[in-house]
Amino acid sequence: MKDLLTIADLGADGIHEIMHAADSFAEVCQRPIPKVPALRGKTIASMFFEDSTRTRTSFETAAKRLSADVMNFSASSSSVNKGESLRDTVETIEAMGVDAIIVRHRSSGAPQQISRWANASVINAGDGWHAHPTQSLLDVYTIREEGRSFEGLRIAIVGDISHSRVARSNIEAFTLLGAEVTLVAPPTLLPPYVETLGAKVSHDIDTVLANTDVLYLLRMQNERMDQALVPSLGEYHRAFGLTPDRARKLADSALIMHPGPMNRGIEISPEVVDDPRVRVLNQVTNGVIVRMAVLYLVLSTAGADRSDA
Amino acid sequence: MSFFIHGGSIVGPKGVERADVLVTGSSIVAVGLDLPVPNSARHIDASGQIVMPGLVDLHAHLREPGNEEAETIETGARGAALGGYTAVIAMPNTDPTTDSPSIVRDVLAIAEGTLCEIVPSAAMTVGREGTLLTPMGELAAMGVRIFTDDGRGVQDPALMRSIMEYATGLEAITGGAPVVLAQHCEVEALSSGGHMHEGEWSTRLGMAGQPAEAETLMMIRDIALARRTGARIHFQHVSTAEGVEIIRAAKAEGLAITAEATTHHFTLTDAVCSSYNPVFKVHPPLRTDADVAALRLGLADGTIDCIATDHAPHEPHTKEFPFDQAPAGMLGLESALALALTELDLPIERIVELMSTRPAEIAGINDRHGNPVETGQRANLTIVDPNAEWTVAGAAMASRSHNTPYEGRTVRGKVQYTFLEGELTVEQGKATR
Repeated sequence: MKDLLTIADLGADGIHEIMHAADSFAEVCQRPIPKVPALRGKTIASMFFEDSTRTRTSFETAAKRLSADVMNFSASSSSVNKGESLRDTVETIEAMGVDAIIVRHRSSGAPQQISRWANASVINAGDGWHAHPTQSLLDVYTIREEGRSFEGLRIAIVGDISHSRVARSNIEAFTLLGAEVTLVAPPTLLPPYVETLGAKVSHDIDTVLANTDVLYLLRMQNERMDQALVPSLGEYHRAFGLTPDRARKLADSALIMHPGPMNRGIEISPEVVDDPRVRVLNQVTNGVIVRMAVLYLVLSTAGADRSDA
Repeated sequence: MSFFIHGGSIVGPKGVERADVLVTGSSIVAVGLDLPVPNSARHIDASGQIVMPGLVDLHAHLREPGNEEAETIETGARGAALGGYTAVIAMPNTDPTTDSPSIVRDVLAIAEGTLCEIVPSAAMTVGREGTLLTPMGELAAMGVRIFTDDGRGVQDPALMRSIMEYATGLEAITGGAPVVLAQHCEVEALSSGGHMHEGEWSTRLGMAGQPAEAETLMMIRDIALARRTGARIHFQHVSTAEGVEIIRAAKAEGLAITAEATTHHFTLTDAVCSSYNPVFKVHPPLRTDADVAALRLGLADGTIDCIATDHAPHEPHTKEFPFDQAPAGMLGLESALALALTELDLPIERIVELMSTRPAEIAGINDRHGNPVETGQRANLTIVDPNAEWTVAGAAMASRSHNTPYEGRTVRGKVQYTFLEGELTVEQGKATR
């Protein structure tokens, strides 16, 4: 695996390989000194063309626990604002000598483009509305950690599917592993031709809850009202939010997940945030573990891949 | 200077037939077999090749004045000649906009002596800003026949109505020659923020799309206004199946509507955007297999009048931005004929209608372009080897830019010679200067 760009590129086998590696790193993270020399001497550039404190911190923590050196690049303080092309920016960073580039970009497809220009491995940390594969991997890890089998698992993803890279990657990951995915949203927050994504669709969360093993809530953005996609956040909350009443319809064994940061009172009522079925902090913890696995697998095999080319 | 073009098949008034052609000065002086050939005539061996009227492109961006790093009139004209063109209508989205007689004069002066006749079009609205009329009367008086805000459709229906009404009065100035309003059909309220066709692929790729209705709604509006005003409307780069259907109905009704389809819209689909390579970004966007099929049918049955290139050079580094930030547009002049011959299952006579006869008529330059190969016509000619295969390579093109979407594709049909007013502009596949 030279790059990690999308879940589809990985396939089910690739997901399993990463899960297996993540199990070992979970053990590392339990140690008093949670650090191993696996990537000592490797340099990783963290290129965030879009702000993201959480994903960036998670990746950097993962890299440091593997003893890699991390080079920071943020678009706001760079020549990107001076009209430099993406290719020039990437080639400049690569010329400093990096083994892997972690990319977050607001434009869909930017990591794919970068992977064509860079010799270094490229890891997609989220691109536009397109993909966020490490989020999906940590979500898969979190569900798997509960001892759940994905075969036939009923997962409902609720919220703004249209503008969500998390939704696209999770639909890919969950369906690849055999889960039944239902997307729950008003039609305005579903992309056109949504059926091509391979999931079922519902506009009514209340009929879905009782038959759901994992309820996955997406973050609702304020700007969707300005675009007249929903009338108000209040109406969204009343129609699609996880209220205490709705939480009661969920099975005791169900899991409630969210990629963060949560909008309390919008996609989830404040009272439900502390429900024992909520796994949000486990997701964050597992994010570091899974990203360690990804960095390790990409950087320990990339050299071999390149010599084949 | 005389040229004796022998051994080829001509596309003449009676269709394709074996005939030799004698060119003297700027005219075709004889067509037939066993022609008496003056000793001084230069022999051009056209065996196995087709001698056709020079191609006419209704839609090319030559970037001069204003963006000479991407293309100049000289390099664009050279590329056009290599593609078999003898006339190209230059789009007015230059910098400054071609919206006044002085800029039109500049374009004509720069185009003097290049390898292709460059026919300027002019904007319908000042600066293509969609608010004020350009001096269409003055422009028409100096010979401008096509008005367009290409790259932007006129969004305001009241303004479009006014442009149409005003244009119908200009035939008094042009001596009855038609004035054509070429519309870029795009309702921006529906398309803005979109970077590719709105469809299955945009959903999978997580990209904002431009729905087909952005094109068709403006077509429906303009047809309604044309019905009222009697203006001559030409729909540029039709890209949707619904659009083809709308034009078919308007023509059946007898309205003076014409339409073009670009090479890329009938050869490529939105699936190519899955590489996120901005070389495939274009407006209107590449659409679906069903749209491609409808365009091909429209080209075959006459619903679509002509093939245009929408040749849109962009400097290489501008296509090295993310897809949503890169400029839209792709090269076309040097590959259009080969793609038409390779991809369209149409007789050569129909290809000539689509790429020469009809565009010359629409542009009002059919006194010198787009006529059958026959005695007495001006010697604007293209000689193509219909079976020669070649591989498209952006870096090998005459254009200053390299943004061809067909990089590496093997195509059939190579322009060997192009004559502009009886002078060779292309000889054995190479530009003469």
